[in-house]
Amino acid sequence: MPSSKQLNDLRIGIDVGGTNTDAVVLDAQNQVLSWTKKPTTDDVTGGMRAALAAVLEGVDDPSRVGRVMLGTTAATNAIVERRRLGKVAVIRIGAPATTAVPPLTAWPDDLRAAISVGELLAKGGYLIDGRRIAPTDPDEIRRFLESVADKADAVAVTGVFSPVVHDEERQVGELVREVLGDSVALSLSHEIGQIGLLERENSTVLNAALHGVARDVTGALSQVLHERGMQPATFFAQNDGTLMAMEYASRYPVLTIGSGPANSIRGAAVLSGVEDALVADVGGTTTDFGVLIKGLPRESTAPVRIGGVVTNFRMPDVISIGLGGGTLISQDGSTVGPQSVGHRLGASALIFGGSVPTLSDAGVLAGRATFGSNSIGASYTQRLTHGLAVADAMFGDAVDVMSLGKAERPLVVVGGGAFLVPDSVPGASSVIRPDHADVANAVGAAIALASGRWDAIVPDGLGRRDAIERACDMARQRAVQAGADPQSVEIVELVEIPLSYLSEPAIRVNVKAAGPLSWI
Amino acid sequence: MSDSPERLREITIADLPALARGCAVLGTGGGGEVESGVLIALSALQKHGPVPLVTLDELPDDGLVLPLGGIGAPTVGHEMIHGIHEAYLMREAMEEALGATAVAVMSSEIGGGNGVVPVALAAQLGLPLVDGDEMGRAFPEVQMVSTNIAGLPIEIIGLVDVIGNVTILRPTDWEWAETISRMVSVAGGSYALMADNVINAKRMRGAIIEGTVSQAIRIGRVTEGAADPVAALMAELGAAKLITGKVVEVERRTGGGFVRGSVVIDGLGDDADRIVRLEIQNENLVAFEDGVVLASVPDLITVVDMHTAGAIATELVRYGQRVSVLAWPCDPLWRTPRGLEVVGPRAFGYDLDYVPVEEAARAFI
Repeated sequence: MPSSKQLNDLRIGIDVGGTNTDAVVLDAQNQVLSWTKKPTTDDVTGGMRAALAAVLEGVDDPSRVGRVMLGTTAATNAIVERRRLGKVAVIRIGAPATTAVPPLTAWPDDLRAAISVGELLAKGGYLIDGRRIAPTDPDEIRRFLESVADKADAVAVTGVFSPVVHDEERQVGELVREVLGDSVALSLSHEIGQIGLLERENSTVLNAALHGVARDVTGALSQVLHERGMQPATFFAQNDGTLMAMEYASRYPVLTIGSGPANSIRGAAVLSGVEDALVADVGGTTTDFGVLIKGLPRESTAPVRIGGVVTNFRMPDVISIGLGGGTLISQDGSTVGPQSVGHRLGASALIFGGSVPTLSDAGVLAGRATFGSNSIGASYTQRLTHGLAVADAMFGDAVDVMSLGKAERPLVVVGGGAFLVPDSVPGASSVIRPDHADVANAVGAAIALASGRWDAIVPDGLGRRDAIERACDMARQRAVQAGADPQSVEIVELVEIPLSYLSEPAIRVNVKAAGPLSWI
Repeated sequence: MSDSPERLREITIADLPALARGCAVLGTGGGGEVESGVLIALSALQKHGPVPLVTLDELPDDGLVLPLGGIGAPTVGHEMIHGIHEAYLMREAMEEALGATAVAVMSSEIGGGNGVVPVALAAQLGLPLVDGDEMGRAFPEVQMVSTNIAGLPIEIIGLVDVIGNVTILRPTDWEWAETISRMVSVAGGSYALMADNVINAKRMRGAIIEGTVSQAIRIGRVTEGAADPVAALMAELGAAKLITGKVVEVERRTGGGFVRGSVVIDGLGDDADRIVRLEIQNENLVAFEDGVVLASVPDLITVVDMHTAGAIATELVRYGQRVSVLAWPCDPLWRTPRGLEVVGPRAFGYDLDYVPVEEAARAFI
């Protein structure tokens, strides 16, 4: 009898965090078939192996798993802890411009020492209109490369205005291959980031330093899958909540940084089945609010610092307020938080026999949950009732400041303190409480969208429409490279910023394309 | 400022973050971003040590003051950073043209990145930095400087681009100074280092806005670790809070080389049910509520984050941001008839009579 189950219809999401390695199995309808939480091990492989074994117990046939998606903090941790980083030769092309800020100027000394084997500020680079600042001198670059030949694992190349014209970076890349061969990794800045020289250069250097880490993680994943005889397509989660194919991730490992917050926002929303929503993660001390638009987290405009270095990556826009299950309520109930009993909730709260009135006590008294063993004395009633009203107003304010426009969206609440949020919040069309919310990270990793971004400066005249279409094509191409289905990739974001004080009116265009993963 | 217990005598690396925050606030949304400026200054101070901060009175009468700033597109400055050759070429060209010795560097525009970079230029040249500038804020054009309002003719302008080209300009008036300088900067990649009206210290006295470098550092310091950063900033500036709310509309368009547009802020909390609209041309120029002006150029209008009080540049204002809009009085020089002719609302195309912010926004002080 033929199986009614389609081959390759399952996906596994794995989230390797600093403490736990979570894994989930999702079916084609994004239903959680099984889930697990195992301790993360030092070698990563052990934790992954254990999590995979546990989660596969809920699956009749492992060959049904068509895709495995990995969210990992390995790259972030390597930078923060200065461990397992590759040695990088840093080349900037732009002198005599940019000499006022040499490469790696504001880097912490220890990170610089851990990564850089030398920096060259070579003659060259472009003006914004594509004319050259100065001709490059191949001998100057060749001499530098020869001087670092025994030391460098990777080379990072950043040219002034390379996002506008990237020929020069490509040519220097060829020189690197000619002098150092194919064994060194190569990162070219126009493939990594946008206009903004120093941030793009920093990201490019970090990317070059992370090739070894990426190899280790992809190796660990391949090994545990091989051990079980599985051959699924493998993907990495990136900072905007989308995926990239393994091969792409091994070229751009720095893009995995910051995938954690994006995955939990995405996971929470997917578990609840909505694409446009506000997400609140209510913990013991704080509640984090994020926004999901067309299935992707809204990004913050603030530049992101990693390990003390400014990069041009964008993280999900999250605001945090001091409200959680352990939050203290003042004597008269007029002030709530930000102090919290934190992890001592189980000993301190009234419902657990303690003597500290917390928001959890207020929630239980109001009938929003039933837990704890002790009844609450009548003398606390007024204080707790007032406190909960204040907390409700704070939730409402936070929802208001995070919402977009006048249209109300549903609010998805997750986390241990989710019960504190009332069933009706002003500004939210409904309140949704999904199951499996404590493995939302792993669920978020398993959601199949891949994306690509492109940044360009285009003339604001007759050629504008064509130029924007070209930028959209580039973004679509990058999304397809990352694994998206060419048939269904869409432009999900297009930001146009007019530029001032230029000879010809021009516009900076930032385009992002995303689409579901192509079927294998 | 006379009651400050101890005057700031030098600028060190430790002063840079506060200087940058202060310059961003004084930038009224424009003046270019400050972050690259901080790195440029950091790199120079690491190499050359602290920069002495002086008043014009302390300089020899016949010594040249170099009022320096970048001219060009802010986006370009974020990618194509200065070369260290620019300051040296500028000094050499000016000393040769004027037959005198340069004794100090001054910021021509304290608002935005142009307030920070001159620290680096002074360090590179081994010269002190004047505690003052020619705007007390940010303005978009060459003629919008205090030396013009004070009645000084424009005699010489120097421009140096990243490639190393040096242009010395002797324009017939301030308007030609703007037109030709702009064209020269475009030729060099839409950025150049400019020295506007290099004159000696004696003639410069009384024609600048004094104390603005130390003011910027004070502004930056006052929000550091404050329980209510916005309140602390308002107290330091003597500012009115026009509104606290959410950015609900951002419209941008280019015209005449400027980014023009408007931002609408929908009030939150105590300001619920109020709506304020800002008109922008690189800088924040006019704030309206129900068609009534709450504040206008040349008074200063800055959009700050409602929690951190960090200034948000016009190019970075985004839908959904939670902000406070502050406005405070400009230097009295700008309120003279000549000052309002050059930088009043009509100089920017708004058919409005200027009303000082302390009257127009009386309700919000």
